[in-house]
Amino acid sequence: MGALKHLLDFTGWEASQVEDLFETAKLMQEVLERPVKKVPALQGFTVATVFFEPSTRTKISFELAARRMSADVVSFSPGGSSLKKGESYKDTLLTLEAMKVDAYVIRTDAAGVPYQATRWVKGVVINAGDGRRAHPTQALLDAFTLTEALGGLEGKKIAIVGDILHSRVARSDAELFSLLGAEVWAAGPATLLPQTLPGARLTTSLKEALSDADAVIALRLQRERMEAGILPSIPEYVAGYQITPERLAWAKPQAPLLHPGPMNRDVEVDGRLADSENSLVTRQVANGVAVRMAVLYHLLVGRNR
Amino acid sequence: MKRLIKNATLVDARGNHGKADVLIGEGRILSLSGGDADEAIEADGLMLAPGFFDPHAHLREPGQEVKEDLESGLKAAAKGGYTGVVAMPNTTPPIDTPEAVQALYKRARAIPGARLYVSAALTQGQEGARLTEAGLLKAAGAVLLTDDGHTNEDGGLLALGLRYAASYGLPVAVHAENAGLRRNGVMNEGPVSERLGLPGNPAVAETARIARDLEILRYVQQALEPTGHTPRLHVQHLSTARGLELIRAAKADGLPVTTEVTPHHLTLTDAVLEGMDPIYKVAPPLRTQADVEALIQGLEDGTIDGIGTDHAPHTLAEKEQDLLRAPFGIPNLEVAFPLLFTELVLKRGLKLEVLIARFTDGPRRALGLEPIHLEEGAPADLVLFAPNAERPVDPAHFVSKAKFSPWSGWKLAGWPVATLVEGQVVWRAEA
Ligand SMILES: [Zn+2]
Repeated sequence: MGALKHLLDFTGWEASQVEDLFETAKLMQEVLERPVKKVPALQGFTVATVFFEPSTRTKISFELAARRMSADVVSFSPGGSSLKKGESYKDTLLTLEAMKVDAYVIRTDAAGVPYQATRWVKGVVINAGDGRRAHPTQALLDAFTLTEALGGLEGKKIAIVGDILHSRVARSDAELFSLLGAEVWAAGPATLLPQTLPGARLTTSLKEALSDADAVIALRLQRERMEAGILPSIPEYVAGYQITPERLAWAKPQAPLLHPGPMNRDVEVDGRLADSENSLVTRQVANGVAVRMAVLYHLLVGRNR
Repeated sequence: MKRLIKNATLVDARGNHGKADVLIGEGRILSLSGGDADEAIEADGLMLAPGFFDPHAHLREPGQEVKEDLESGLKAAAKGGYTGVVAMPNTTPPIDTPEAVQALYKRARAIPGARLYVSAALTQGQEGARLTEAGLLKAAGAVLLTDDGHTNEDGGLLALGLRYAASYGLPVAVHAENAGLRRNGVMNEGPVSERLGLPGNPAVAETARIARDLEILRYVQQALEPTGHTPRLHVQHLSTARGLELIRAAKADGLPVTTEVTPHHLTLTDAVLEGMDPIYKVAPPLRTQADVEALIQGLEDGTIDGIGTDHAPHTLAEKEQDLLRAPFGIPNLEVAFPLLFTELVLKRGLKLEVLIARFTDGPRRALGLEPIHLEEGAPADLVLFAPNAERPVDPAHFVSKAKFSPWSGWKLAGWPVATLVEGQVVWRAEA
């Protein structure tokens, strides 16, 4: 397999590369089970988390991943305000570049910024979520978690439910799961569906998406959608698309339920399910660190080999 | 002083007229068969055409001189072969008073470049609430009223504006986009926008607005009939195949509507956004190949009256933001003609005189100005261009302050070599 220079999305990826990465993630899981959860793999490397859009969970997950491999971590979180003051993405990244950063973990509300960043900096760029476009490490940790639960994704039916249109998770999940041989269904209210979603079939029927599904992923619903008039109300959404125990029964028995978090309890998912044994939500969070360790390792060490 | 342009091949909207020695003086063409001159310009291998006329450019003065100003803009236009440019009024503040119009003309008089034509806002402050003073603006020299840059939604106000402007003989130009349908779209809505997760601007945002405005035009035309006035509607920067169909049908119906298309909507599609470079972010957005094909057809058959550059300069720093925040717009005055000469005439076989017509007669007529043809007595607003010499686009050498281009590196022929306004050389390529 050709070495990857950056992780922006899954364009050009092959299934074998994902499998390699998962092998490394398994090793990292072992590291995380040890009393001293630290290895020297990235000693001497500096990783910058550059979060133009706030996201505590993803940021902590990346920073832990880097630290557990002994990388130096710096973080930059203008939260948009310094950009308003006139500093640009480019200036921010060039400043970090001047300080000899090796990897940039970039999160923005704007599609394409990590992609633009590869034109500006020499270091490795990892997309930690760009606008609605892609969130590749979330998809990797989802796929890794599902692989653990289901033994693999080949031939499995996976339903993604909710606001598909505005979801970078849905885009990256569909891209990656289909690459790994899964049949992906994306279900949601008509105004929250795109016209096409590469790798997935689209439906407004929750039942069609969930029937005989091997796993279900519920997406976070942003309340701004109501204000924007894209969705009439929360109760309307709950009536049509909330994952309840009754609806989950349409899927295969013991079908796992995932959610990228943070969850609006009793909106996307019935509270009874959120803490049930179907829920792999905390497993996703734990795996997130291992998968991000594997990503950093492959991009930083794999690159120098 | 008399100038002789020797051995040029003459082409205008009426066709190719072969080689001639063109004598000019007192701002006019004196003769097409030579004569005594103080200065001769050797033009063997070059083509001579009437100067290009751009009905739609953003020259950014006053208020945004960091992007462009009258001097850089009018010089860039001259370098692109333009002898006349209509400056859009969405400046800071907007051009909405006779004093503002006069101030621009006063400034422009000192600048050797293309001739400035000022358009003024249709509504005060371009806020879409109250009409501007069409009569006084016309007296100050405004040639067009438009709220370009804004998609004022009030149909009643457009009806009043068309009606009132008609009584002073002014056309009204519209940025035809329904704001509700466009929402926060930053690129064409379609498979590419959906893959990139970028908010889409659907074709219907343009077509629904054009359909509405054409109905309003029909209504105003009928209402004005007893007065003998005719409202004139100019649809700016047309981008969709369906919008073209609507205008074609309206023209066939005899409605007094004209339209323009930009160089970028004729040569690029939304697929270029795959590289996620905000250079390609424009409003209206780059559409699909089917739209491009339809627009080229419309340009050829005359449904589209002319090329409007929608020259929209920005600083590089502004364009290096992300796709959501970067401003809309492409600077193109300096490449418009060679781009379309190469892509449409050389590569696709469009007749040269048709392209020339869309760069000269069409846009002038749309604004109610007389066309310029190469004949004795005509104003010596002329361009010489080199049809055979090919060279790549290099935005670093733009006269415009905006030094970026979607066509950077494209090899083009048809570059202007000299531009004359009223017989004076306002731009000449270094030999
Ligand atoms: Zn416009």
